[in-house]
Amino acid sequence: MSRRLPRKDVVIVGFGWTGAIIANELTDEGLDVIALERGPWRDAPTDFPPGYMQDELRYRIRHELFLRPDQLTFTFRNNMGQTALPIRSWGAFMPPNGVGGGGVHWNAEMWRFLPSDFVLKTHLTERYGAAFLPADMTIQDWGVTYDELEPHYDRFEYLCGTSGTAGNLRGKIRDGGNPFEGPRSRPYPTPAQAQPFSHTLFGKAARELGYKPFPQPSGNLSQAYTNPLGLRLGPCTYCGFCEWFGCSNYSKASPQTTILPFLIRKSNFSLRDNSEVIRINVDRSGKRATGVTFVDSSGEEWEQQADLVILSAYALFNVQLLLHSQIGQPYDPVTNTGVVGRNYTHQTISSVNGFFDNKKFNFNPFIASGSIGMCIDEFNGDNFDHGPHGFVGGGYVGQVQTGARPIESTLVPPGTPSWGAEWKKAVKDNYLSTVKPGTGVHGSFYAYRDIYLDLDPTYKDRFGRPLMRITMDLKENEIKQNKFLTDKFAEIVKAMGAEKLAVQYRTAPYDITTYQTTHLNGGAIMGTDPKTSVLNRYLQSWDVPNLFVMGASAFPQNAGYNPTLTVGALAYWSAAAIRNQYLKNPGRLVDA
Amino acid sequence: MEALADCIIPPDSETPGGKDSGCAVFIDRQLAGPYGRQEGLYLRPPFQIGAKNQGHQSEKGPAQAYREGLAALDGACKQQCGGKTFAELSDDDRVGVLKALEKSELKLEGVDGKSFFAQVVKDVQMGFFADPIYGGNRDMVAWKMIGYPGARYNYLDWVSRHNERFPLPPVGMTGSAQWTRS
Repeated sequence: MSRRLPRKDVVIVGFGWTGAIIANELTDEGLDVIALERGPWRDAPTDFPPGYMQDELRYRIRHELFLRPDQLTFTFRNNMGQTALPIRSWGAFMPPNGVGGGGVHWNAEMWRFLPSDFVLKTHLTERYGAAFLPADMTIQDWGVTYDELEPHYDRFEYLCGTSGTAGNLRGKIRDGGNPFEGPRSRPYPTPAQAQPFSHTLFGKAARELGYKPFPQPSGNLSQAYTNPLGLRLGPCTYCGFCEWFGCSNYSKASPQTTILPFLIRKSNFSLRDNSEVIRINVDRSGKRATGVTFVDSSGEEWEQQADLVILSAYALFNVQLLLHSQIGQPYDPVTNTGVVGRNYTHQTISSVNGFFDNKKFNFNPFIASGSIGMCIDEFNGDNFDHGPHGFVGGGYVGQVQTGARPIESTLVPPGTPSWGAEWKKAVKDNYLSTVKPGTGVHGSFYAYRDIYLDLDPTYKDRFGRPLMRITMDLKENEIKQNKFLTDKFAEIVKAMGAEKLAVQYRTAPYDITTYQTTHLNGGAIMGTDPKTSVLNRYLQSWDVPNLFVMGASAFPQNAGYNPTLTVGALAYWSAAAIRNQYLKNPGRLVDA
Repeated sequence: MEALADCIIPPDSETPGGKDSGCAVFIDRQLAGPYGRQEGLYLRPPFQIGAKNQGHQSEKGPAQAYREGLAALDGACKQQCGGKTFAELSDDDRVGVLKALEKSELKLEGVDGKSFFAQVVKDVQMGFFADPIYGGNRDMVAWKMIGYPGARYNYLDWVSRHNERFPLPPVGMTGSAQWTRS
């Protein structure tokens, strides 16, 4: 029997980027908002002090800032014929935990998606014909366009102080930026970060090969910045401890540095940490959410009633909560009916490491930031003619080396033994002169009929609920795409002057044990038809109109970019719809 | 364990090996802590054998795997090398045993010798490169060897100085190597 807390206007489930954005927007509207976060409170001075944050073993290897699988995990299999087994320790992706969510330990790469990404199905069908797409590919248009999202992209970029060089300012292409990006209404709020040696070498080599390299847009700031909420960020010091780590230096955009100090002073906002929501409650009609049930750290169950429920956990947990709450029809790949769990995707990642002559090259590879990098976008989305290549999709490629933490960055050239005197000498000879991009090839991942999420028949969580089951593999289209991009990338690394290359393609079967990215998407997608989407174009549930679901779970398929900027832009877009339309007339914002 | 650590990272004229740099101490402490006990991992049954890409599916944590693996290694050495344990073998014989283990030519009783050795290599090397606070990388010897300056957090003056060697010695989370008691 759960105890009941005083009713609120809004309850927010999960307090990372999107929870913080929505909380700030809706408290501005005068609503009484409570946020519930499964993990602990975290802030820079107490949780990421300089001097103790540069600890690769604790944070990267032992996963200090992440959710523990014994609290909640998933099962995994490659295909419907296999038995799914539990992910007992994290590998392919790292679910966040705690206040700030993934916004604490991300690299802060701030990419916009291409205009054509939002109308993908229409665009590709018009250009290549429907028969060009694989029969089991289930890509869709988003229901929102780039032009509609542009002001919200802009808003999130200015919240974060994003450092970069504009490539397309109001339709005018500018040197030094990404010429393929959609038009932006303003330049970046701060100039691009300075580039270390190997990154500039990549830029030079790419230019000589005829490409148009540009600095990766970065949420680690090139200079001090005061954001529209009056919060101050400091310049990044290139310590190389971004991804997996919290920034001790107030230099990386996160909910802590860009929103929370402003938000927590509002009297109509409150937050409960260490409070795990286990269910969204609906009334007898099934069409109205009444609030949520959560469990605190002592195991006690509470009910928080609210008029409006915002689901803003990590993508997979959004889907899991919908399934456990029996909101929306679960997807069935056999009959191709239902929606919750449909169009689950990841990112197609690979890399090329380059080994250089240590007498000529010293990269000081430990000098970096999480989103440092020189990239090219010639092979992203539909920026090139796919006709001759027999696949769709693409990605950016670049030297995006984010540091050289010694446990994971002491590489040896191919053919060297993995231990012993020869290994030791090779480590010594190569550490300072190796190019090791984290994700040198960052490709799209499109959706397929038999790649999906549902509830596992065998394994249970600590509350006795079924774990969610991931059925996921790499399809021929993505494997071809990755081979094409990786080979292009290898050519550039070779042109930088590398003597030896270690080329790693992404191949099937999809492997849950090796890290790829934490960019998991889909399962509760947005769209224009309730038969093929969970949410309408404003991220509102088709079935339960007082429930909005944020995050990358809304992506119908994944583009060749890091998702966070689009996740943030969608949150602002949804918040604007709630403020300007929903609150005036609560109900469905789009007729089904 | 120290004998194993010195095979994986042999001492040379400039840099100590796995033993003197504390890699065995590192592994002891890790196995005695949350890592050794699989703390925080999902350990609910049933435990079923799956595909390699579905990940580790055993109730046994690393501490138990090491106990069984090291005992089995000694057992195999005694049987094949005239009753000697691994630590009692000559340097060359030790390396020979490990190469055979790596190639699956030497089988261990009840233990997958190849994967056990791969785990030991990974852990020893991790101890060598982790912050000295964890017991390995004593005096930051590994960081000095490769040119990693350690737990520094400000390279603003250096980001645009290209192709120049960063001049400062490494620092660890608890300070510089000069503070280490000999």
